[in-house]
Amino acid sequence: MSEASTCTGAQLIWESLLREGVDTVFGYPGGAILPAYDAMVSYPIRHILVRHEQSACHMADGYARASGRVGVVVATSGPGATNLVTGLATAMLDSTPLVAITGQVGSALLGTDAFQEVDITGITIPVTKHNYLVTRAEDIVPAIREAFAVARSGRPGPVLVDITKDAQQSRSALDWEAAAPKRHQRHLPAALDPEALAQALDLIRSAKRPIILAGHGIQLAGARAEVLSLAERADIPFALTLLGLGAVPATHPLSLGMMGMHGEAWVNRAIQEADLLLALGMRFDDRVTGKLKEYAPHAKKIHIDIDASELNKNVPVDVAIAADLGDTLRALLPQVPVADRSAWLDTIREWRGDSAVRDIKNMPDDGHLYAAHVMHDLWRLTKGEAVVVTDVGQHQMWEAQYYKHDGARSLITSGGAGTMGFALPAAIGAKVARPEAEVWVVAGDGGFQMTFAELMTAVQEQVKVNIAIINNGYLGMVRQWQAMFYEGRYAATPILSPDFVKLAEAFGVHGQRVECRGDLASAVAQARAEEGTALIEFKVEQEDSVYPMVPAGAALHEMIRRPNALAETGSDPH
Amino acid sequence: MSQIHAHQVLVVYTDDEPGVLTRVASLIRRRGFNIHSLTVGPTERAGVSRMTIVVDSEPARVRQAVEHLRKLVNVLEVEQLGEVPSVLRDLVLVRVATAPEVRAEVLQLAQVFRAAVVDIADDSLVIECTGSLAKIDALVDSMRPYGILEMGRTGAVAMARGSRALKPARRAVPLRTGTSPEAMSV
Repeated sequence: MSEASTCTGAQLIWESLLREGVDTVFGYPGGAILPAYDAMVSYPIRHILVRHEQSACHMADGYARASGRVGVVVATSGPGATNLVTGLATAMLDSTPLVAITGQVGSALLGTDAFQEVDITGITIPVTKHNYLVTRAEDIVPAIREAFAVARSGRPGPVLVDITKDAQQSRSALDWEAAAPKRHQRHLPAALDPEALAQALDLIRSAKRPIILAGHGIQLAGARAEVLSLAERADIPFALTLLGLGAVPATHPLSLGMMGMHGEAWVNRAIQEADLLLALGMRFDDRVTGKLKEYAPHAKKIHIDIDASELNKNVPVDVAIAADLGDTLRALLPQVPVADRSAWLDTIREWRGDSAVRDIKNMPDDGHLYAAHVMHDLWRLTKGEAVVVTDVGQHQMWEAQYYKHDGARSLITSGGAGTMGFALPAAIGAKVARPEAEVWVVAGDGGFQMTFAELMTAVQEQVKVNIAIINNGYLGMVRQWQAMFYEGRYAATPILSPDFVKLAEAFGVHGQRVECRGDLASAVAQARAEEGTALIEFKVEQEDSVYPMVPAGAALHEMIRRPNALAETGSDPH
Repeated sequence: MSQIHAHQVLVVYTDDEPGVLTRVASLIRRRGFNIHSLTVGPTERAGVSRMTIVVDSEPARVRQAVEHLRKLVNVLEVEQLGEVPSVLRDLVLVRVATAPEVRAEVLQLAQVFRAAVVDIADDSLVIECTGSLAKIDALVDSMRPYGILEMGRTGAVAMARGSRALKPARRAVPLRTGTSPEAMSV
């Protein structure tokens, strides 16, 4: 279509998406978005029909996290739009670039409580970076262009564009250049402050016991190489946040593993004893700091994050740098002296103590099936090369502990929001983004039941994911808290599940059940060999808990350790 | 200008378009601040509005709110007054009960505050006064014994002192993350 001729608003939506590089959208049609759907068929864009709009958001989220591209969601007005809210909040808290396009009732009906009218721009203000209500065809292209720019720039996040039905139906010229966005640049960080860099260098030079706290921002900034250079050059070990897993490789000799509430005890101890924290693209969430008053009391702190509002928010720091992580490290690196900190590294190794002996790979099969075994074996059988998408709860923590993520964008999980039901749809999105990757869903029996209707989406769209359901018959993480902090009163945590194998069959999906560790490898091999989506239900120990654990509100070193019978993750993961 | 206890003053320049007030107010509420007053109006630049927001909080927490406000797409710039010398003005209209025997007294008091009498009725006066928050508070307190029948305050409008204007927009940085697979930050 030539630039001079006019298009309908509906066509302008797809023209804009195409020009933004979009090849796939996840959505669900309805009355107010019908003109856009009608126009869609003329454009080379794949539409994935979901079974619930919340899942469309999670799919776009998984797509974006797996690829680094912007995920796109399309939904209709009213309930179609409100169903996106949980997905938008999930993307907001985990900084996923996402653009949601919703239909809206005709502009003459706005504010009249018309059929399927809700004020979705009002509703989503706190869970989006920005949103737009578009009532004229000529405003569609500028709004969508700016939405993409806002979603990608700075700290990424979701943006919603609500377009009235009449705006989709009326016509306007397409002037791409005139619609170039500008406002997203208002808040990008200024040039690096040389004084702050000099202070950071001084702290790094004089530190005896430094630790890098590696977060999700490393992945978002594409700063993996720079962070590794810094760690290797200055001989600084790194601890990772949940979303940081995979941002730098788990099997790197300087990798300590995950920090925080379910991090290993020696990792948290190292943070508590450190004299310098280098926080890179992370935000000192309460799940990683524990009690703030007693957090890393001996450490000077350097915090580098693109989002200035995260600096000095939870933890006051000595040097705060609001900037792109890659830019900052490239400026710092030439001046960081090569150092040998083997004394500090030896100390941390000592703190690992007997964990190496009790490592999971040394544990005999005692006939019980532990979730930890499933994760460890899954890691081994996939050679650590799968993209694993986890749900929320105990299995999420076990996966984080026992599946060693080396590859960037190899773990996708809802960290900030903790959204149950995230895994299956997000995995479908991830697989669509990276069809060559082996994608595994790891979900609990509770979370899987929230969104398992998307099995049908996987079948209809011929998307192959492998699914591991860790079934312990409880909402396990809540049960664990009830056991530890509520005297074992299991209020509303025992949960029944359908026969997952039969359920899989009903969807036309290959299903298997594994009840002992001996059957695990062959089931995994079978699932991987299946052409389509395959599901394995692992019936694991019912009342197993995630250890170690920092109780909520306790200091980081006050951990509940594993009972002796349980495996640690202590050894060199090779 | 008199110091206001625990009050922090923000001046926020925004796009003049629908919904901006909601975004700013929503953010301030969400981050746990109590808005003491909020005024909004046009500026010398077409398309740009100016808000003066007075919140009750610690300066450090307010600095945090400033950073959050700076992330709003519609916000051009935020200044935290109190960190710089500034003038701050509030306007009040107050209707005071004035029985004949106290009318002279009230008029005298109004004069002390350089307040203007803008309406006279048989049993009341409407007084208009502009000044710092503290001055307006003092005026209102002094009128209270006579009986305040009605009162409206505009909330503060503030401006930094000296020869300074709105800071230029921050240096633009080109987009880093692309949409093409080559731009994948892996």
